[in-house]
Amino acid sequence: MNGAALATAALTCGFGEHTVLQDVSLSVPPRRITALIGPSGCGKSTLLRCFNRMNDHLPGFFLRGKVLVDGRSVYDPAWPVESLRFTVGMVFQKPNPFPLSIRENVLFGPRLAGVAAPAELEEILVRSLESAQLWEEVKDRLDTSAFALSGGQQQRLCIARAMASGPDILLLDEPASALDPIATARLEETILELAERVTVLLVTHNMQQAARLAHRTAFLYLGRLVEEGETVRLFEAPQEKLTEDYVTGRFG
Amino acid sequence: MRGVRRWIAEGTAQRWLAGAALLMALAMIVGLVGVVVSVSASFFWPRPLVELRLASGAVVLGEEWGREEDPGAANQSRLRLKTGNRDVAGLDFRWVREAEVTGRRIPADAWLLERREYGNFYGVPRSLEGPQGSLPADHPAFAQRLEAALAEARRLVAREEQLLRRASRLHEPVAELRLRLAAAHRQGKDTTGLEGQLAEASRREQEAAAPLVAELVVLRERAAAVELVMATADAQERRIPVAGVVRAVPVNRLSAGGKIALYLARWWEFLSGEPRESNTEGGIFPAIFGTALMVLLMTVAVVPLGVITAVYLNEYARDNAFTGAVRLALANLAGVPSIVFGAFGLAFFVYTVGGGVDRLFFSDTLPTPTFGTGGILWASLTLALLTVPVVVVATEEGLQAVPQAVRDGARALGATRWQTLRRVVLPYATPGILTGTILAVARGAGEVAPLMLTGVVKLAPALPLDGTPPFFHLERKFMHLGFHIYDVGFQSPNIEAAKPMVYATVLVLLLLVVALNLTAITLRSRLRRRLRSAAV
Repeated sequence: MNGAALATAALTCGFGEHTVLQDVSLSVPPRRITALIGPSGCGKSTLLRCFNRMNDHLPGFFLRGKVLVDGRSVYDPAWPVESLRFTVGMVFQKPNPFPLSIRENVLFGPRLAGVAAPAELEEILVRSLESAQLWEEVKDRLDTSAFALSGGQQQRLCIARAMASGPDILLLDEPASALDPIATARLEETILELAERVTVLLVTHNMQQAARLAHRTAFLYLGRLVEEGETVRLFEAPQEKLTEDYVTGRFG
Repeated sequence: MRGVRRWIAEGTAQRWLAGAALLMALAMIVGLVGVVVSVSASFFWPRPLVELRLASGAVVLGEEWGREEDPGAANQSRLRLKTGNRDVAGLDFRWVREAEVTGRRIPADAWLLERREYGNFYGVPRSLEGPQGSLPADHPAFAQRLEAALAEARRLVAREEQLLRRASRLHEPVAELRLRLAAAHRQGKDTTGLEGQLAEASRREQEAAAPLVAELVVLRERAAAVELVMATADAQERRIPVAGVVRAVPVNRLSAGGKIALYLARWWEFLSGEPRESNTEGGIFPAIFGTALMVLLMTVAVVPLGVITAVYLNEYARDNAFTGAVRLALANLAGVPSIVFGAFGLAFFVYTVGGGVDRLFFSDTLPTPTFGTGGILWASLTLALLTVPVVVVATEEGLQAVPQAVRDGARALGATRWQTLRRVVLPYATPGILTGTILAVARGAGEVAPLMLTGVVKLAPALPLDGTPPFFHLERKFMHLGFHIYDVGFQSPNIEAAKPMVYATVLVLLLLVVALNLTAITLRSRLRRRLRSAAV
């Protein structure tokens, strides 16, 4: 667990009476893409949202065990949840741009963090849009509404927006599920590029996507972590019968 | 039978029913607007002056305003004639049985005089009398000289008004000291100091006002010196001071261009002028201004109040018995008769809050109230209270329409709850808020009953916003188009003459509401366009 960007230890959590994750211990290495796969309702998204404490907003949420980001507990009282979220960025299933211009969408995080110098903001804007491979497409219309972009562009804008806060870790919750194949291919390229700078934890439904992108893959089933390892190994020589059945498409 | 059942089952009947309902609603609206527009549009159009010779030998001159069945004689009709000349005949209108008319002509030399007092005068000019002597009406320069005299008279009147305003400003310190002195007397305080101040202020006022008074005397003499000698239809002569004439027109000789010019000039006077003759003549500008300012003040008060309430209910409060009760109360508040709000506004805003303000800040002048009496501020706040449910409901709908994904997106970027609300949720909900504002404006601009208790008056020439510091005089009473309609149409001494004014005022009120609404609608559609999601 040492040197892990994200880690959980004996994590059990759920909502009210309903336990979603049971005794999950996972370690995510830095600057790698780690995919979380598993059938619907297995707790992938809930696990992802433990790392930036987004579950805390939902009614009846409880959590036992440890959730660590860079070795530090996310519930450390000296670590306000807002600054945790500057470190751990997140992109959602559906593109969710704000009702603002492209520029203001990207600069939303930096402005929250108190960045005010125009030169610095401009630099962040360009860098973030470039890292999301969106700069060339939008550089001439930065002040138009973000809603005028296509779905794929909106999703990459959301990545740029998450990157603008300068996070070390990016949580991607099925980011391509609402996109067409071409936009998906474009997005995957962007994600591969990003992994050179940040740790990526990717929830996906699509096993080909996991195989294409992820260095490591973790398989969850009914709230338990079944198996975790190098992607190639997990897909070609799964150690668990359950994993094999899932990756070969016998259920899911 | 089966045919009917099928007719219903296939929805044809319902479609016809829906269409008929729509048609009826449209017919009623078009009818209302049509009547208002046609009456008020034709009111300002110059009518020819008709001279009628009657069987009795009498001659009358006037505008024909209508023909109706004579209630006194079967199968006979009578004409409604506006004969003006109230100072001569005592009445503006008379009815003439058509059977009694023996001769009828349109005299080319008849003139219409619109006067500051006593309404219109219809007659034939004889001469213009002035310090330089008499100019007969058949002199070629008569029209030109009369126009010059009218222009000079307008200048004199404007100057007179200016002097009077200045004089009343000079009097203000004295009036205030008098009130304070009276209050001190009542409280049994020592008043020698105040009496000294009052004497000094009076002396200074007289000193400063002396040149004004001297000028006024000269002005009035000069104004009274120029007179128009007119002959009525029955050949009585009248001397009419030119200073009392607003407009003199040889109506029957007017060309089409002249008629259009007169028509436009009358509209302009109506929209921009002060009322005359207990509001039945002149303009309605103070009422337009009062209505617009009152609606704006109401909007300024109701939008923040409604939005904050909705934000609390929707974003912060949990769903429990309390918020349920609040929502129920809001829904019911929307159905409370507006006069009840007026009574509440009078008791709470005027007497309680206004009285409190007076005791705290204007105790010198008590018992003469400053804020403790109806005024535009209290009227606006009362209407804000009346319209708050509309804004709350619309804003809540707007807030509920903000996608959870967008809220989550902001929270995931490290925004606090307040930052999310302020920077993402509220902008997203702005169209909903504007919808509420539009509905509130539409409701508020049309209310009259609560205003009658909280600050509207028949005549308030001093606008609540003017050039004297502190510029906003929110304690002042104001005029309102809706009340104007009620007052002129149903309370005025000369209803027959004022009726078309009422239609024109209705038209202006409708246009004002439309204008206020269009502003908000344009704003909303612009925001909508910005918000229209291209998301999948």
